[in-house]
Amino acid sequence: MSAPAVVLVLGDDVSTDVIYPGRYMATVLPSETPQYAFADLGAFNRRLAAGAVPAGSVVVAGKNFGCGSSREQAVSTLKGHELVIVAESFGRIFLQNAVNLGLRLVEAPGVKAAEGDELAIGATEVVNVTSGRRFAVRPLPAARQAIIDAGGLIAYTRRRLVSPAEGR
Amino acid sequence: MGMTVVQRILARASGRSEVAVGDVVEPAVDLAMSHENAALVINQFREIYRDTGIEPRPWDPSRIAIVFDHRVPAESPKTATNQKRVREFVAAQGITRFHDIRGDRGGICHQILPENGYVRPGAVVVGTDSHTTSHGALGAFAFGIGATEMASVWALGYAVNVEVPATIRVNVSGAMPPMVGPKDLILHLVGVLGAAGATFRVLEFHGDAIRAMPTSGRLTLCNMAVEAGATSGIVPADAETLRYLKEEAGVLEAVHPVDADPDAAYERTVDVDVTALAPQIACPHTVDNVHPVGDVAGRHVDQIVIGSCTNGRLDDLAVAAGILRGRTVSPSTRMLVFPASGRIYQQALAAGYVADLVKAGAVVMNAGCGPCLGVHEGALGDGEVALSTTNRNFKGRMGNPASEVYLCSPAVAAASAVTGVITDPRGEGGR
Repeated sequence: MSAPAVVLVLGDDVSTDVIYPGRYMATVLPSETPQYAFADLGAFNRRLAAGAVPAGSVVVAGKNFGCGSSREQAVSTLKGHELVIVAESFGRIFLQNAVNLGLRLVEAPGVKAAEGDELAIGATEVVNVTSGRRFAVRPLPAARQAIIDAGGLIAYTRRRLVSPAEGR
Repeated sequence: MGMTVVQRILARASGRSEVAVGDVVEPAVDLAMSHENAALVINQFREIYRDTGIEPRPWDPSRIAIVFDHRVPAESPKTATNQKRVREFVAAQGITRFHDIRGDRGGICHQILPENGYVRPGAVVVGTDSHTTSHGALGAFAFGIGATEMASVWALGYAVNVEVPATIRVNVSGAMPPMVGPKDLILHLVGVLGAAGATFRVLEFHGDAIRAMPTSGRLTLCNMAVEAGATSGIVPADAETLRYLKEEAGVLEAVHPVDADPDAAYERTVDVDVTALAPQIACPHTVDNVHPVGDVAGRHVDQIVIGSCTNGRLDDLAVAAGILRGRTVSPSTRMLVFPASGRIYQQALAAGYVADLVKAGAVVMNAGCGPCLGVHEGALGDGEVALSTTNRNFKGRMGNPASEVYLCSPAVAAASAVTGVITDPRGEGGR
């Protein structure tokens, strides 16, 4: 099986306004947000809508991906397409929202890729199979990993409610 | 080891004698704020309880605040239906800190919370809005979270897995020159730090320029701390905070300021002297693309916006009215004004500011988030340029990816309204 392909390459400071424009924020349910992913990047949005982007495909970006607004739609819209985001760094709230909803983020400082490249994403490094370059992965802090391991924040909180002894 | 203000707040809220940077804590939440996105919070909240046999009830409805501001009055049936669902939830759960679409007690959440005395020094405040950082102006630790995290707070009463952030100390000295204010200071700082320069960090503000700044200006400052990536901004509470709470927010009971320990450890210190600071402009399409106004003076603007949670307070409107009184908005541009709350709107009416602005040709709208995030009113045409006192200029922010947004202070915005081009408010421009 081949490694997942890079379907979109973006620069630094990609804000949640680009990922999920504010004018679609009246749409809130995670089941309804995927249609507006990267709505202002018309061509890519149309590829998503046409089902031309397989689950597990990779978006590569620079520093501070997901900066700006706390809107959770920016995460649920990407999660709906099962995209994986590999970036040099992420905005804080976006990162936390992704952990909470189970969107896979990979922080790989210095990562370089072009559209169409294949990326093998491991726990400690990202290998650009096409270019042969390797990039170290910065692991998530353990506190966040616990939420991922629980299957997201809803399941994590539900467990706290049902078994309060697991809490503080 | 001494603690920063935020460390002291997190230690208290987590029931610990001290916390160190990087510790994972679960602080009790004093105030949990949402706006229209409470519709999503409610959905996620119910999801948490699914199949548990436990009735979904928030841990403490008196600590929840819900403020409609993003789309007021509703711009679509979809928003109106979301707002209706939130109203039903508010009534069923007995949430009293609810601010509906009203001319008296409605407005933007980041003004409604302070002016009603909901935010106290030393409190832990979370909000489903990135500009929740604003409330650090009152000496609280306030940060933005997503809707699912808010649902978790509603269920548990505390925030799970919060890492104690490192703090950058910002010392601000000197007296602000005429026509230069808190907005210019924070734009300058975001430019210096960069859009991600303070990510996972707190900006703690000190210095004589901060001590001399009224709470309204501190709200502007902390509001935009997030534009440098910061988890929060915070001004340790002082005599001005106590004055604001008593005189403007009607808080009569004792409040307890929290300050940093003298030997608190900071990741680094940034010193700013405002004595010679020029009016600042953030150019498209990032907030850290900051230049002195002179670099872009003369550039045509199609729409000027004054208002928002950043600069829609009474002193902001006073500056704008002072510049526009007896003058006219250039026919080559258009001007929209959004006060931050109904209370401020009324104060601006009483002071004559609204009349000054309307007579000059500005359109004064109801309090709300308005065009700031492109969801409601004030859309830009293809190729148009906006000059705005709001807090973000990302591509597409005001609703049209083919437009450009410049960010500035109320003084720059008002002076530019007269000319129709970006104008330095010092000297002739501001009269």
